[in-house]
Amino acid sequence: MSIQKVQNNKAWFMVMPVLILVAISAIIPLMTVVNYSVQDTFGNNEFFWVGTEWFQEILTSERFHNALLRTLLFSGLILAIEIPLGILIALAMPKRGWGVSVCLVLMALPLLIPWNVVGTIWQLFGRVDIGLLGHGLASLGIDYNYTQNNLDAWLTLILMDVWHWTSLVVLLCYSGLVSIPEVYYQAARIDGASRWAVFRFIQLPKIKRVLLIAVLLRFMDSFMIYTEPFVITGGGPGNITTFLSIDLVQMAVGQFDLGPAAAMSLIYFLIILLVCWIFYTVMTSYDNDEQSNGGGPQ
Amino acid sequence: MLELRNITRHQGEEVFLDDISLSMQRGDLNILLGPTLAGKTSLMRIMAGLDKPDSGELLFDGVSVLGMAVQKRNVAMVYQQFINYPSLSVFENIASPLRVARVEKNQINRQVAEVAELLQLTEMLNRTPDTLSGGQQQRVALARALIKKADLVLLDEPLANLDYKLREELRAELPALFAAMGAVLVYATTEPTEALVLGGNTVCLYEGRVEQFGPTLDLYRTPASLSSAKIFSDPPLNSAKVECVSGQLMFANSQQKLGINIEKIPDGSYTLAVRPHHLSREREGIDDIEVKGSVSVTELTGSETFVHFSMEDNSWVALLHDVQNFAVASTVEFYLKPQNLFLFDNDDALVEWQLAIKS
Repeated sequence: MSIQKVQNNKAWFMVMPVLILVAISAIIPLMTVVNYSVQDTFGNNEFFWVGTEWFQEILTSERFHNALLRTLLFSGLILAIEIPLGILIALAMPKRGWGVSVCLVLMALPLLIPWNVVGTIWQLFGRVDIGLLGHGLASLGIDYNYTQNNLDAWLTLILMDVWHWTSLVVLLCYSGLVSIPEVYYQAARIDGASRWAVFRFIQLPKIKRVLLIAVLLRFMDSFMIYTEPFVITGGGPGNITTFLSIDLVQMAVGQFDLGPAAAMSLIYFLIILLVCWIFYTVMTSYDNDEQSNGGGPQ
Repeated sequence: MLELRNITRHQGEEVFLDDISLSMQRGDLNILLGPTLAGKTSLMRIMAGLDKPDSGELLFDGVSVLGMAVQKRNVAMVYQQFINYPSLSVFENIASPLRVARVEKNQINRQVAEVAELLQLTEMLNRTPDTLSGGQQQRVALARALIKKADLVLLDEPLANLDYKLREELRAELPALFAAMGAVLVYATTEPTEALVLGGNTVCLYEGRVEQFGPTLDLYRTPASLSSAKIFSDPPLNSAKVECVSGQLMFANSQQKLGINIEKIPDGSYTLAVRPHHLSREREGIDDIEVKGSVSVTELTGSETFVHFSMEDNSWVALLHDVQNFAVASTVEFYLKPQNLFLFDNDDALVEWQLAIKS
């Protein structure tokens, strides 16, 4: 036998750090969850195989359906408000001069604040007895109380998220907008294109890529929202703001139902993956469609 | 007819355009020739209506258009960069001016097909601009300008970003394409050769001033001023200070005589100028002037040779045919015919002169 093929195990050694890191950060915790999701325990560290029982239980439970609907509604509202608002603000921001840095710093400020601090700020801000917003509204004669009124609780959470995260959309869109050379606008003016046509056929195509990232980030983040509603409303009043994440924590830590909680985590994870995939596919296929036919500036 | 009357534009202390008056006819090709920062783009922006001049008047067919919005004027512009709607197909790009003007659908299809045929874009109508080559992208931009049937077509260095071969190709087609439109055509360029190939009229712009305006060939043959001659010379014009003492020309530095007698100009100091390709290695006539210099560098390009040499304080360049090599620091003689010599006075204006009949 010839010894032409030299076995070299050094390569394994080189990728080892990455494998270990990924194993610790993702694979091992995930497999633990998978492990819990198919077993039941009555204590004493004894586990029994239950198959897909927990999954069936979660998928058919009304509690899960309601939490899922609430979370989807929340994410939908957040996207519907933050994406157009972010684009509008980015369009209105100055493109040169001293105003640029002022605007950028102002926009970046909310992003620097930790989640739980944002929650605390808004919890105080909205309080009817001492909060600027709550007390202000009360003195105007508007009946507002996020701890008792369902609608007020939702409004407070949405307002808070818009305040906290619209900047992210703004910054992403702005970065796309400033990369458009001035001559494009000039050419459009000479063509006699309307403001809408300029947006639709020059600006939107240029920011489409970053917009996709903005939509994905905002969807994932809002779908996983936990800290802020936990601090502000604690899932209430009743369970009107109990989103999937809050429900999950209640189930896992509050009731210590590890099996159903593990099954729910996996379903939760798969939903996020699925929705992101749908967004991505739809937005990129739209890109391809447009290349083959497309409309014209009207 | 497009008329500019005393157009001036400045920003702070900096003067972009200084008292420009021009008049351009429909169907004519007008070339704005000048180095970068000469004011070509500033002038075009004013013509298009994108900027307003600080003073002056802009008339189109006798009517002032200064107060009119860009969108209302019938102007088309093509830029150095290839500007198209990135997300629209070539068809929609070409059709866009018609869509804005709300032209009927059949009409649009017919006109786009016509223009696409003319610019050889028929096969690319369904593609988007970013899948096309640079030359094709610029063709799309040209098609958009063409289909608009504008009264004023502004081409701002449209070929500068194209490679050599495509540039030659499009340059040959352009004048014919737009001549049939009956529009006032303005073409900005930094290259004298481009102006010569295109023909028409040329405006020599220098530091925001019109140095000269007239038929392109006239400008080339008889530049009115030293800067006009410099702008219209590529490779750069050779110049030297000379003195005229009783009809004898001599170089100001060396007091060396040129060996010709001239009439009709008073004694004094002048600037002598000669184009690089008018220098030759052979003496062809008895009147030929000899200049000697020490070679500093020789550039060989395919079929031509640029010889840079220094003559006293002046660095000159000679453009010779064929590939010839010269040793650095060797002394070489060149000859030039007296009729190819320009003389400019102290105000840099061209002076007429004549060879004295030798007795």
